[in-house]
Amino acid sequence: MKKWQYVMMTSVVGSALLLGACGNDNAAKDSSSSSSSSSTSSSEKLEGKIAGDGSSTVSPIMEGIVEEYAATQPNVQVSVGVSGTGGGFEKFINGETDFSNASRPVKEEEAEKLKEKGIDYTQFEIAYDGISIVVNKNNDWIEDITTKQLEEIWLDNGKKKKWSDINKDWPNEEIKFYSPGTDSGTYDYFVNDVLEEKQLDKSATLSEDDNVLVKGVEADKNAIGFFGFAYYLANKDKLKIVKINGVEPTHDTIQSGEYTPLSRPLFVYAKNKSLEEPAMYDFMSYTLKHAGEMAESVGYVKSPDDVYKKIKQHLKI
Amino acid sequence: MAYINHETVAKKLSVRRLKNNLWKNVFLLALLLALAALVILGYRMISQGTAYLNWEFLQNFSSRFPEKAGVHAALIGSIAMLAIVAPVSLFLGVGAAIYLEEYAKKNKFTQFIQMNISNLAGVPSIVFGLLGLTIFVRMLGMGKSILAAGLTMSLLILPVVIVAAQEAIRAVPDHLREASFGMGATKWQTIYKVVLPSAIPGILTGGILALSRAIGETAPLVVIGIPVIVQFLPTGILSEFTALPMLIFDWAKRPQEEFQYVAAAGILVLMILLIFMNSIAVWIRNKFQKRY
Repeated sequence: MKKWQYVMMTSVVGSALLLGACGNDNAAKDSSSSSSSSSTSSSEKLEGKIAGDGSSTVSPIMEGIVEEYAATQPNVQVSVGVSGTGGGFEKFINGETDFSNASRPVKEEEAEKLKEKGIDYTQFEIAYDGISIVVNKNNDWIEDITTKQLEEIWLDNGKKKKWSDINKDWPNEEIKFYSPGTDSGTYDYFVNDVLEEKQLDKSATLSEDDNVLVKGVEADKNAIGFFGFAYYLANKDKLKIVKINGVEPTHDTIQSGEYTPLSRPLFVYAKNKSLEEPAMYDFMSYTLKHAGEMAESVGYVKSPDDVYKKIKQHLKI
Repeated sequence: MAYINHETVAKKLSVRRLKNNLWKNVFLLALLLALAALVILGYRMISQGTAYLNWEFLQNFSSRFPEKAGVHAALIGSIAMLAIVAPVSLFLGVGAAIYLEEYAKKNKFTQFIQMNISNLAGVPSIVFGLLGLTIFVRMLGMGKSILAAGLTMSLLILPVVIVAAQEAIRAVPDHLREASFGMGATKWQTIYKVVLPSAIPGILTGGILALSRAIGETAPLVVIGIPVIVQFLPTGILSEFTALPMLIFDWAKRPQEEFQYVAAAGILVLMILLIFMNSIAVWIRNKFQKRY
């Protein structure tokens, strides 16, 4: 225990000194302190506890990072929950977590609550995802739809919708909807950016478990669903992807933003106060350094390079 | 006058025999259906899970690679949680049962309490999760720790433990108590030396079955917000941790199909742990029963 206390003490004192220098507006001082911090972080063994929570879409990236990070700093205990973007922000607002993963930007009401609680935070964009619209393998009438058709299909109009309601050439059969649950950022993003905050079809099957959506669409010829690109990639053989405005979601179309409006950035929100702790600072630096490559390896897409460059400048790493 | 009309009896005999056989077969079918479900479940788990179940599976942390994934943190976390749940729920549960059975007057009020304990046993576990989240995690500031989760689980299984302990205590024959009083023993001496020892097999059976429920329960942990991405072992009761059901739940949600098999292997570990606990229950019960 004594050794542990000693390390804690030195790291706390060290961080106080370091951040004292960082907090200064002087650019020259900043760069000098940052070089010393990056050199210490790689050699010094840090200790600390870091808690995060949030989006299930971001969690595969986070898991990879935490796994790799544990090998470099085994005494920094990072724990990450998977409560969905909304659930994650709820805990972030409550001050229970140091960072929150999100598959959409923070909502206004959430930002207000954070302000009320006096929690300052920084938003980091870590990767790109393309929400993929999928239908059953045997669906032979849909290849390519416009954003407007997509909106028409998913918008609640109070009655049961048939494919033929959207396009007369499509079969006269009821559409079955499969959507991520309301706690997920994917749902929020879709309702916000495609449906413009109007009601998603109420007959939709909602599930926080994306595998349920995959199985649902796989089993029903008249089904349509959407979820993160990684889930589509992993189940490519079982589902049929729908092009939006002629663009199929692929690595390149998502990264370039050509796959619109369904390309979306994924975020990590970090509490500024926690960033002052050396362990958290080190972990976040590590995360942002490796987020791009980790995103690629689990099926997402890197953000453009200058995004990471900006973040690195901000964190001075 | 004949008391037995042999003719009608003979006439009805075949119908009665038929009915007799019919009911026997209906009950046999019920048993077989339940068994079949169990066998299919066991077969599915074993056929899917064994490929990933090996020594390393127990020693590795969870991973994004299915072949490297393991239950180390979750297994230790679950056992650590149990180390909180077992003493807390058994002490509170048996204590409450002793009071209700041995001390409390039998009036409307105790009847009311009794009824509510039974009702409490039927409350969905997610409700206890919400209770734990507001009281232990937030109000008492324990965070998403082993202590908070353990206390929540203790509350969840407390009604079951109380009811089981009450039944065990009630089953101790009164003449044992009377003999003890007759020898000049006080009430506490009687409870401690006579009632509890003879009730202990029943208490432990109920208690350990309740503990098995606590270790397999997922909903309260989800509500409390127990993290799943954890690459360290708990260091104390206030440490964050992850538990087996959470990890299995997380694996089952993964996009890659291999993780379904990893989840099956996780279920096998959980099952082995449960069987192990239940056999401890059986062993303790037999050991104590020999004394009487």
